[in-house]
Amino acid sequence: MIFQPAIIALLLASAVSVLMLAAAFPFALQIVRRWDIASGSALQLALERRTYLFSTLTSLVFATQMVTLLLFVFNADKMSVMFVGAMCAVGTLNVNPWGFPALYAQIAVFFAAAVWLAINHVDNQARDYPLVRIKYGLLMLLLPLLATVLALQLEYFINLRADVITSCCGSLFSEQSTTLASEASAMEARPAMQLFYAALGLAIFLNTVHAGFGRRWSGALAALGGAGAFAAAIAGILAFVSLYIYEHPNHHCPFCLLKPEYGYRGYLLYLPLFLATAASLAAGALQAFAHHPSLRHLAPRASQRLAGAAAIGFWLFAAIATTMVWTSNLILIES
Amino acid sequence: MTHWIARQRYLIDFTLAALARRKVRNIGLLLVFSLLVFAIASVMLFTSALRAEAARVLAASPEVILQRLVAGRHDLIPPGYIERIGRVRGVQRIEGRLWGYYYDPVVKANYTFQVLADNPPAPGSIVVGAGLARFRGVRPGNTLSFRSYAGRLFSFTVTEVLPASAELVSSDLVLLSEADFRAFFDYPAGHYTDIALSVANPLETRTVATKLSTLLPDSRPILRDEVLRTYASIFDWREGIVLTLLSAALLAFGILAWDKASGLSAEERREIGILKAIGWETGDVIRMKLWEGLLVALSAFLTGYLAAYLHVFHFSAAFLAPVLKGWAVLYPRYTLTPAIDGLQIATLFLFTVFPYAVAVLVPIWRAAITDPDAVMRA
Repeated sequence: MIFQPAIIALLLASAVSVLMLAAAFPFALQIVRRWDIASGSALQLALERRTYLFSTLTSLVFATQMVTLLLFVFNADKMSVMFVGAMCAVGTLNVNPWGFPALYAQIAVFFAAAVWLAINHVDNQARDYPLVRIKYGLLMLLLPLLATVLALQLEYFINLRADVITSCCGSLFSEQSTTLASEASAMEARPAMQLFYAALGLAIFLNTVHAGFGRRWSGALAALGGAGAFAAAIAGILAFVSLYIYEHPNHHCPFCLLKPEYGYRGYLLYLPLFLATAASLAAGALQAFAHHPSLRHLAPRASQRLAGAAAIGFWLFAAIATTMVWTSNLILIES
Repeated sequence: MTHWIARQRYLIDFTLAALARRKVRNIGLLLVFSLLVFAIASVMLFTSALRAEAARVLAASPEVILQRLVAGRHDLIPPGYIERIGRVRGVQRIEGRLWGYYYDPVVKANYTFQVLADNPPAPGSIVVGAGLARFRGVRPGNTLSFRSYAGRLFSFTVTEVLPASAELVSSDLVLLSEADFRAFFDYPAGHYTDIALSVANPLETRTVATKLSTLLPDSRPILRDEVLRTYASIFDWREGIVLTLLSAALLAFGILAWDKASGLSAEERREIGILKAIGWETGDVIRMKLWEGLLVALSAFLTGYLAAYLHVFHFSAAFLAPVLKGWAVLYPRYTLTPAIDGLQIATLFLFTVFPYAVAVLVPIWRAAITDPDAVMRA
């Protein structure tokens, strides 16, 4: 099923991204080994010039990866008509064992890319590029991750077989194809709800604290809180937010929220959640570089701002989710 | 933040002025880019409209169609077959259908003859589709004669021509009474072409189909969902093939964009040199050039998409139709209902703007690292 426009576009984007990062790899290696800001040698000048190219190139790659995450989910949802029993993206991703790993890898790339872009931004503001080695070292680590995404996507899309009528087959066409698990498993509603609000509250608190203090420990805590809140939020969406939105006691699905039937409410939820999580992770990462002399003011300031944004984002997410639960007609837990 | 926005605004302002100074060159690139977007967008819009049309047409078809197979080939339903199905839970209605194809040597086209279960035309009269009426030049009240496969001549009075709005499904259709149908085709009494079952609950269709195939092992149930799925994947496949063919054009465009972006004129080189001499940083020049690329890409995207929309929905996709919609002598005339979705636009964007951005990246950088003194001294 490679001949699908969205699939071709996704694979094209991933392949070109991997190629570009691979092209940047020898350069990154050279930077890590030979970078010396104090030197005025021809090599150092060439390296400095090339950083412009590769930081633009990497920004482009990572910005593209963020778009392809959305496209991947969107496309999975769209393809659900092709498979027996698939109602939405969950079913499509379950068609073969590569679907969900590809999605998870893509999400990991999304967050890694966000952190990298934040580091890049701060580094470009400092006059002596103190993080250049770390940046390009990270880039070398990200290349295998991106290659994994490409491999998983390729594996997933190549192994997709739509359940369509074939003239060679004798009786009921769909009989052999097993019905897909179109529901995700989820926690009980009440503990999930407690976890959801506790983790989000903690993340908001920690990020607010970091926005105020701007210390190394607070940065690490803010990032941890953000990561925890992300996991709890996804579990909460699966366990109860989705039920309230669908007004159905058993329909646990994180993807149907994105459909027009439900007023695209998923975007309202996921956009602040993903942005807030990315911001809190980036805040923690940036704070770790505050000890560099040229970043003494820059890094904490950027980190505190990001933490503030993360706190607002998590708060917004919690408020939106609560409103959606509140206005729903479903009664899941009787008080 | 406001500082950042103001800075980008000045950059855009400068870029637009710079673009206007080199009109001919930029318009050429814009034209080629728009043409590329136009071609790809036409394919996408057209196939998605066809897919939507197929889904709309099939929405009213029966949930399960049961065919009988003999030696793997479609055969007639013998008498007593429908009774053997009896009552299957969940099935609202079982109906034996009578239909067949007739080749008309006069116009060298195939017609579909069908018997309508609910209020069929009176014996001796027929109702025809708009495409057939156009081809044979008949109007209500005229007489149409067909020579049957057995060699006998049959004359029917046309009582009605089906409305043109239904042409996609009824272009080649001839509706007639059961008696006429059996007489015309020498159809054995009590036999049917296939069986249509309507199932109320969509979740039960598979169970019903499984029951049917155990009850009647020589039968083949076809589900509406399967037909829908097959249509969708056929259109997807055709679209994908055309897009893959167009990827050569995409590559050519990438090369063109690379070439255009790297072929800096002496004047432009001088300009960048001066900009850097008066305090622009390399990053600023890259940003300016990126804005230039983005402005060109977005204008081309909008122009191309708009042109494709007009092409597909107002001019019936004149360039693409032969490849994508299939063919028939009595091809129905129809206008497509516009169907646009976000996935399509995102895909198109990734297909066109992303390769462009990649292609111009290195040339942009080359331009941006120009040394001011080297340029101005030259």
